[in-house]
Amino acid sequence: MNEVKCECGHVNPHGTVLCESCGKILEETEIDKKLVDMRYEGSARRSQTYNKTIIDKIWNFFSSVKVGVWLIVITLLSSIFGTILPQVMYIPQNIPALEHYETEYGWFGKLYYQLGFHDLYSSWWYLLLIASIGVSLVICSLDRVIPLYRALSKQRVSRHEGFLKRQRIYGVSDLPESEEDFATIHNKLKSKRYKIREEEGDILAEKNRFSRWGPYVNHVGLIIFLLGGMLRFVPGMYVDQTLWIREGETKAIPETDDQYYLKNNQFIVELYDKEKDGEVFEQALDRAGGVVKTYQANVTLYEKKGDTVPGEEPELEKVKDAEIRVNEPLKVNGLALYQVDYKLNELHEMSFALQNKETGEEFGDVTVDLSNPDKLYDLGDGYSVEVKSYFPDFEFNAEGEPATKSRVPNNPAFVFEMKSPNKPEGEVSFVAIQETIEPLGDNEYKMAFKGVETKNVSGLTVRKDMTLWILGLGGLIFMIGVVQGAYWNHRRIWIRRIDGKVWIAGHTNKNWHGLKRELEGIFDGTGIDVPKDQLEEEARKG
Amino acid sequence: MKKRRLVIRTVILVILAAAVGYTLYANLTKDTIKKVEIGKTAPDFALVDMNGEKHKLSDYRGQGVFLNFWATWCKPCEREMPYIEKSYQEFKDKGVKVLSVDVGESDVAVNNFINKHKLSFPVMIDKDTQVQTAYGIDPLPITFLINKDGEVIRSHVGQLTQATVNQFMEEIQP
Repeated sequence: MNEVKCECGHVNPHGTVLCESCGKILEETEIDKKLVDMRYEGSARRSQTYNKTIIDKIWNFFSSVKVGVWLIVITLLSSIFGTILPQVMYIPQNIPALEHYETEYGWFGKLYYQLGFHDLYSSWWYLLLIASIGVSLVICSLDRVIPLYRALSKQRVSRHEGFLKRQRIYGVSDLPESEEDFATIHNKLKSKRYKIREEEGDILAEKNRFSRWGPYVNHVGLIIFLLGGMLRFVPGMYVDQTLWIREGETKAIPETDDQYYLKNNQFIVELYDKEKDGEVFEQALDRAGGVVKTYQANVTLYEKKGDTVPGEEPELEKVKDAEIRVNEPLKVNGLALYQVDYKLNELHEMSFALQNKETGEEFGDVTVDLSNPDKLYDLGDGYSVEVKSYFPDFEFNAEGEPATKSRVPNNPAFVFEMKSPNKPEGEVSFVAIQETIEPLGDNEYKMAFKGVETKNVSGLTVRKDMTLWILGLGGLIFMIGVVQGAYWNHRRIWIRRIDGKVWIAGHTNKNWHGLKRELEGIFDGTGIDVPKDQLEEEARKG
Repeated sequence: MKKRRLVIRTVILVILAAAVGYTLYANLTKDTIKKVEIGKTAPDFALVDMNGEKHKLSDYRGQGVFLNFWATWCKPCEREMPYIEKSYQEFKDKGVKVLSVDVGESDVAVNNFINKHKLSFPVMIDKDTQVQTAYGIDPLPITFLINKDGEVIRSHVGQLTQATVNQFMEEIQP
């Protein structure tokens, strides 16, 4: 239904403006125009008649370039909005996000959070916007590239007069006296790498048609890129986890199903040294002070043998020792472990001496492992120290009792019971950093602080990204499309003999100046006039 | 011709909608991927309690398991302990096992806590946080109810009352 048969005999789809074959104007409204609109070759790119079903309505919505542009504008604006305040992953994690936004940025911060802008880039509506751009890209391209392809492959050599005279480059000359002029033109076109089709003495010279596909190749690249982004959500394609690991600690590596374990042997921060690292650095170091040279975690990788369940001591087999530095990750089973963060000098052990307060005499040292203190430290000769209570992260709670805030030894405090031959019933002493309380009166003995042993903690990132090559491929195809469309022009020259005259018309999708220069070269020295730029002529007249 | 166009357009739109739908779904659920799913078998673990006795979850098939994670600094955990103890006394001979897991504190702190609240059910310490990782523990307290077939039938975050503890134990009683 509704197909349009042109007088040349070609049947065009409904909505066609210029006949795909001969170029005759089929749309009444176009006849009055001086020049035809050559976009998409006047092909039927979107038909309002097929607007009956909901599918067609959706299709037509997304096939509109106007809609596409608006989608991009809205996405850009909302992306900008997401940069006004820091996103939720970049704020301190120790207090609730709402609290942070409210205290830092006031009512605006609160509103920002409540509207969901704190996590804008993974909000459903933002993803929907991006997805709509993708859909629009696919449908717009399909709706244009197919008719364009049809029109370009169906075009015939002898185009309709109405088509020729409405081209921007157009001219009519008398027939040259000898056929040789045509042969010259033919050869010159050839030497300019035009592909020439000839029918009944009419000529169609065309080159670089592939340049017309550039935008669509570009869109294919974009869609592959979006697809790559989408794949990040597929389990197993993308991993981004954190692993905090103390010196001496062995931990299962996330995302390996507890098959691999990592032991942190040592964490090192190395600074540049003026003496050792050469004079080049001297001035910079004088100016900046301490400059870090390396952050390094010396680790040992283990693989689990046998079947153990969580909580059981796993049977580990050493795989290798490794050094993890910034940008030099350890690769395990497709995962890469990067050194990204650290914590220096976390309390690990504290040592005390049991001391007679008056004489200062000591009766032995006690070294307390702060992650798990022993219950009893027997010092011999009737002297012993018992740990009655232990608060690794000490505070007085709401009821005024000593309590702990967490299990990390940030501020350790102890209740010791000291026994000695003099005091076999024991004396109780509460010992915290810089603080000693003797709740049951004056003691004879005390726990004298001797020193601490600290450990460093490495913060590693466990990463895997199987989508990178897809993103790369998408980017490459994107660029190929850009180059293809930008650095070549699709040029066509029609030469037709009508009633003892020669009609010449030319078209290019861009760089009209280049086409005109080329035409001058081609028709120079032949008996045929160089066709004129109708737009320029008009401007001159007006 | 018209029909073919409709079919092609429908197919393309369906493919696009499926891709977009999957992405949205995956994005919305990515933070809530639970290590423990209701109706699925509970992740197995084995820990040694403060009396030196080893408890392996899979050994308790045929009994209901009341699995509770806690810490000494967690006030709601402390408040619900007496309720758990009371119900434990009532249900321990009815095939309900209570396993109580501290999130990795010192023996001293945990033993003091046991003595303070006179707890008689097995208490174990998850020293290297392996069990917590396997269960994806974040806020405390959290309680998992595991039936006689080893399946998780319920999880509860936050403080329990005497009534809920009783109700939970009835639910897993074989």
